[in-house]
Formats: sequence, C-alpha cells, structure tokens
Amino acid sequence: MNYKTDIVQVSGRGSAETGASHWFGERLKSVALIPLTIIFICIIAPLIGADHSTVVGSLQSPVKGFALIIFFLVTLKHLEEGLQVVIEDYVHTRGRVLILIKLNKLFCWTFGLVAIFAIAKITFAA
Amino acid sequence: MANEAKGKRPLSPHLTIYRPQMSSVSSIFVRISGVALALGFVLVIWWLLAASISIPYFEFINGMMTSWFGAIVMVGSVWALCYHSLGGIRHLIWDMGYGFDLKTSDRMGWCVIIGSFIFTIIVIYYSGALS
Repeated sequence: MNYKTDIVQVSGRGSAETGASHWFGERLKSVALIPLTIIFICIIAPLIGADHSTVVGSLQSPVKGFALIIFFLVTLKHLEEGLQVVIEDYVHTRGRVLILIKLNKLFCWTFGLVAIFAIAKITFAA
Repeated sequence: MANEAKGKRPLSPHLTIYRPQMSSVSSIFVRISGVALALGFVLVIWWLLAASISIPYFEFINGMMTSWFGAIVMVGSVWALCYHSLGGIRHLIWDMGYGFDLKTSDRMGWCVIIGSFIFTIIVIYYSGALS
C-alpha cells in the first residue's frame, strides 16, 4: 500500500537516495569508536588529576597525539549525528529543527577543532 | 486514493501509555548517556586546552576536576561512556538482525547494565584515582 500523504504524492517527492549510506556511515563510526574509545581511556584515564608536567610529558608522544586526534574527529562526528537524531526526534517545529541542527554542527566542530588544536600544540611543543 | 492512504498510515503507540520494558528503558538510557557525554567531552577538551596553554590555567581546571563535584561528574562520565559503549554494541547487534527474541534482548539489557558498572570500576581502578 502507498503510505504517501496527499502533499507528497502531488509534489512527487521520494527518497533522498542518501539514506542507506548515511545509516551505514553512522554504524561504521560506531564500530570504529569501540577500539578508539578503549585507546582513549588507556591514554587519558591515568592522567586525570595528574600534574601539568606529567600530563604534557605523556601526551608529547606523537603516537598518542595521533590516536587522540583520530578519536576526537570520529567522536565529534558521531556526537553531531547523534545529537541531530535527538533534535529531529523531539523538536517538531521545522524552523527550530533547522536552527538547532546548525547550532549543533557549530558546537561539535568548534569543540572538535579546539581538541585537535590543543593536542597538536602539546604534541608538537616537544 | 491518497486520502485513504492518509487515514490508514500507521501510528506508533504513545510513549506515556506504554509500560516501561527492559528493552525500551535500557535503550533510552543509551540516548540519555550519549547526550550527557557531550558535557563530559567539553570538560575533557577544556582540560586538554588548559594543559596546552599554561600551568596556572591547567592548575585551575585540574583543581575543579579533582574537587568532590568534579569527581562526581568524572565518575558519572566514565559510567555514561561505559553504558553508551555497551548499549551501542547491543544496538549494533540488533542492527545486524540478531538478538530480537525477548529472552536474548532482556539478557543483553542486564549485561549492559551490570557490565557498565563493572567497566566503570575497572576504569576508575586503572586511572589510579583509588591509590
């Protein structure tokens, strides 16, 4: 049976044809985050509460820096997509949805870039 | 024809008349923990930024994170990260088409809840905060 509403029927709109790859991309990032999260915890957990020289000394390893940058990139994209789903599910006014999705992008990418800047600064300061 | 289709479109039952179940409650907590983790991430990124800027600024953030309130937020974030990861793995299993029967679904729910606390303790122990 045809589930399309009148307006969709008339305007002839259908699938955006990017849904499946978007869905698959979300899952791919989730799978990648399983090992990345373990690596992140192994690097960061022992440093919480440590003094400045210990933290900076430990993060000056390029391997750790690289792993953290990959982790933050994938996580921030995952966070952006996840928060977007939450916005789309619970906000029902179209204008608000569009504004919140843009703010969400701005929020996630700002923090992602700040994280990468901070890690690069520590790693390259060696 | 189109009007007929509109009338017959399926509508999911409203959340407030649905009895909470293991699958629904453990699933919504994946979402809640995910949103809460945004805050935990902001804190960790702020901490990294402070470490890259100056020692006094780092001392300030470090003092905040090691205060009793900071400790609660950190332990909460670790739990949320463990829960979200385990719950996420369960959703990936569902996405692959497995584990939909009631028994497996319930058992996975308990594994996620109990596992999240076990992993939280392991991470806190590994972090050296207890020693």
